[in-house]
Amino acid sequence: MFHIYCPYCAEYREEEEFHPKGQAHIARPADPTASSDDAWGDYLFFRDNPRGVHHELWVHAVGCRKFFNITRDTRSYAILETYRMGEQPGVTAESVTLAERDSERKTSDTATMQGVPS
Amino acid sequence: MPRFAYFDPHPARAVTTQSPLHQFAATASGGESSVVLRENAFLDHLILRGESEVLIASVQAVLGLALPTEPQRLVMGEAGSLQWLSPDEWLLIVAAGEGFRLQRELREALGSAHFSIVDVSGGQTLLELDGACAVDVLMKSTAYDVDPRAFPVGRGVTSVFAKATAVIRRVDEQRWELVIRRSFADYCLRWLLDAGEEYGIDYRPAELGATISRAAVVDTETMS
Repeated sequence: MFHIYCPYCAEYREEEEFHPKGQAHIARPADPTASSDDAWGDYLFFRDNPRGVHHELWVHAVGCRKFFNITRDTRSYAILETYRMGEQPGVTAESVTLAERDSERKTSDTATMQGVPS
Repeated sequence: MPRFAYFDPHPARAVTTQSPLHQFAATASGGESSVVLRENAFLDHLILRGESEVLIASVQAVLGLALPTEPQRLVMGEAGSLQWLSPDEWLLIVAAGEGFRLQRELREALGSAHFSIVDVSGGQTLLELDGACAVDVLMKSTAYDVDPRAFPVGRGVTSVFAKATAVIRRVDEQRWELVIRRSFADYCLRWLLDAGEEYGIDYRPAELGATISRAAVVDTETMS
């Protein structure tokens, strides 16, 4: 069991109160009649399956019954952030990659420095 | 302009109402009971929906209650109790027979604003746990943190309760309320009696087949 932060209830709640609802930020084509079959098919059926950061739609099914977004790492299952509908994620694949590269550089810098005799 | 069909769930004609737990008889623990379970049946439950800015003034004027805008808050007053359920949804519980009048007054106060009021009295019932061990019974039944330090008086949450769902409210130091679905009432009561056995739980049912009758106006009216 783990806890998920509901941005509407403003507190951590049991995982069993929530349901995942798939990928977040899927915009319905503004003019469906003008959209091509490919674009409409993409909208209806095709979802991302990234290794790493994924933005998902969840619902607090037993509770406030509001939908909200979760940014989750599919490698570690770690929840990086939760945010309300209509908001943009603060954590993205790019920001995580940059942070990881930074920390790697720091580690290698430290390693080099440790190798230098004082 | 909005048009509403009103109907009084408790018409002037004497109607015998039956609690969803009518088949349960009172249990007496025999000795000292550290928790008492009561059913407060036949109260009027209303769901208010709308933006808090839209509802707040009318609710204050009609009910004399401050609409709680902070999550998990419950306010209690003479008119009844009003609880935050979600950012645009509140549960109002008032005495039997009051819901019809208050609903009409709220609609008149709110006029053409964007809101919704639904009478859900028939769909749920209210159980009350009273006593020093009430919190222990709750701790066995829900994963939510009901420790008195984390759950002050005036707090109410909707959470998983005994594998079903319930609205759990703390109305007093030792008094807790559970708003449960009518269809789950039988199951929840059996669960509570079982969970409370070790504390000598004492069950006091609602008056059997209570009759609510009063001189009410039964008509269909549209707001112009």
